[in-house]
Amino acid sequence: MEKVLMKGNEAIAESAIRAGGLVYFCYPLTPQSEVAEYLSRRMPEVGGAYLQAESEVAVSNMVYGAAGAGARAWTTSSSPGISLMEEGISYIAGSELPAVFVNIVRAGPGLGGILPSQGDYFQAVKGGGHGDYRCLVLAPSSVQEAVDMMPLAFDRADRYRNPVMVVGDGMIGQMMEPVEFKDWKFPPLPPKDWATTGAKGRRPNIVNSLYLNPAIEEDLNVRLAAKYEKMRREEVRFEEYNTDKPYRVLLVAYGTTARICKTAIAQLAEQGITAALLRPITLFPFPDAKVLELGRKAEFLLSVEMSMGQMVEDVRYAMGHEKPVHFFGRAGGIVPSPEEVVTAVKSRLEGSKS
Amino acid sequence: MKTLFKRPESLTDVATHYCPGCTHGIAHRLIAEVVDELGLRERTVGIAPVGCSVLAFNYFNMDFQQAAHGRAPALATGIKRARPDLICFTYQGDGDLASIGMAEIIHAANRGEKFTVVFINNAVYGMTGGQMAPTTMPGQVTTTSPKGRDVSDVGYPVRMCELLASLRTPGFVERVAVHTPHQVVKARRVLKTAFELQRDNKCFTFVEVLSTCPTNWGLTPFEATKWLQEHMVPYYPVQNFKKSEEPAAAEPAKEA
Repeated sequence: MEKVLMKGNEAIAESAIRAGGLVYFCYPLTPQSEVAEYLSRRMPEVGGAYLQAESEVAVSNMVYGAAGAGARAWTTSSSPGISLMEEGISYIAGSELPAVFVNIVRAGPGLGGILPSQGDYFQAVKGGGHGDYRCLVLAPSSVQEAVDMMPLAFDRADRYRNPVMVVGDGMIGQMMEPVEFKDWKFPPLPPKDWATTGAKGRRPNIVNSLYLNPAIEEDLNVRLAAKYEKMRREEVRFEEYNTDKPYRVLLVAYGTTARICKTAIAQLAEQGITAALLRPITLFPFPDAKVLELGRKAEFLLSVEMSMGQMVEDVRYAMGHEKPVHFFGRAGGIVPSPEEVVTAVKSRLEGSKS
Repeated sequence: MKTLFKRPESLTDVATHYCPGCTHGIAHRLIAEVVDELGLRERTVGIAPVGCSVLAFNYFNMDFQQAAHGRAPALATGIKRARPDLICFTYQGDGDLASIGMAEIIHAANRGEKFTVVFINNAVYGMTGGQMAPTTMPGQVTTTSPKGRDVSDVGYPVRMCELLASLRTPGFVERVAVHTPHQVVKARRVLKTAFELQRDNKCFTFVEVLSTCPTNWGLTPFEATKWLQEHMVPYYPVQNFKKSEEPAAAEPAKEA
């Protein structure tokens, strides 16, 4: 199929439709409102359901209801909106339902700003809402990758009966890139025989996350934990860049920041400094083993983020005390430049000599 | 032999956890009878709230989803938008619907979502132990209004039917009571109308049921019915507030 030039938000919307994400609820919020605008036009054309809700709280609970009735339901929002959606996300996780949430992250905390950020890493990968659960978290670094991730997100949500979160910073949502919509094939999914579709010829299906008996609640927690372990075994995704030759520094970065790091690596090479990049594509499950494997070959690691340091905690956890793990980040909606990353690397190299 | 009285198919054969004299049981049964009578059980999805009726999914013999506090109308919206062929009703108390869920109910009603809301108003938070609700009567003593509801401090009770009826879209809004046999018979008829309107894809349907809570009111079941009649009925008139035969969308838009 030929490539078309599309804005990230619209490309995500179109890809979701092609993946069968035909039930969409939304609330306008910069910098992701183009998804809603696109789908308000497009959903009626494809016979899907589109509704602008009264709040993000309502959106996540509409997704909860529709997912419970067996639909491929999803939504998009940005940081403050995702905070409001966490109620529904927790219920969806607790009721073991599939749903896809896209967070086009903006600067925070509070109302923050509308410019790109990676400040929602903790919220995305450590649970986010209340209770003992996690989302499978995917982080695209280009519009094409975001497009490719939507079918995967819906498939994995269905397969694990668990919320999947796609985390893109504002750059992913706003930039225009050529994209190609590919036909993805996944193994067959089990039937949704748990959905509330009317108890015709069967016992009633109950979608619920209330367990007043602690033993039964713990059974749920254990079942969820097993699900997350399976994700750790089978879903870890990452990109290695420049790791096929010796390097002194291992950069760890995801999303847009990883692209900046690739430019920084080229600039460092011109100055005779070898560096490589590990780009986590799944933020949960995190590529711990890969961090350790690649980190051992470097003098130190540098986690580069659009935050004041969130993923770096997971990099340190993965690396243990084997190698120093440093951090460089810009925040507030400011995107780090390759030159800044180069300077950060060089200052740590000099520091390690003394 | 002729069967005169039996458990509706739409109810499960279990004992409920409701207190003696609580009218949840009557409301459950009326809904079940109506769903049975209209032959809708096999395509009905109920939404349980947070509150005393949080376990309603154990008592109704049909598909059910359990909602976060106040969000039942959002779940029902999600279900009906995804599956308009299903019949959906929410079952919500006054803390759930009139306090934390105010945004969800107003907007679901205003969009004219084609589901049925059964709103149980007993003027108190039941499950959490009898705290003041938005519907608590002026002067009514609760665990969080120990000197009685002071309207100069927390305002007057919210009248949901009147509030929703002020919107243009909602098609069917009616308040019923179940504290006398006569009212029970009337309530059943109103619930049937609401489910029929939904079945025929007509409009948003809202039925408020004035209910007793002897435990948290500190009254015997019989005293509670008297208290409801004397204190609630004058403030919450038992009547129809809105009934439209046609879907709201069919109304010509004529704005001044």
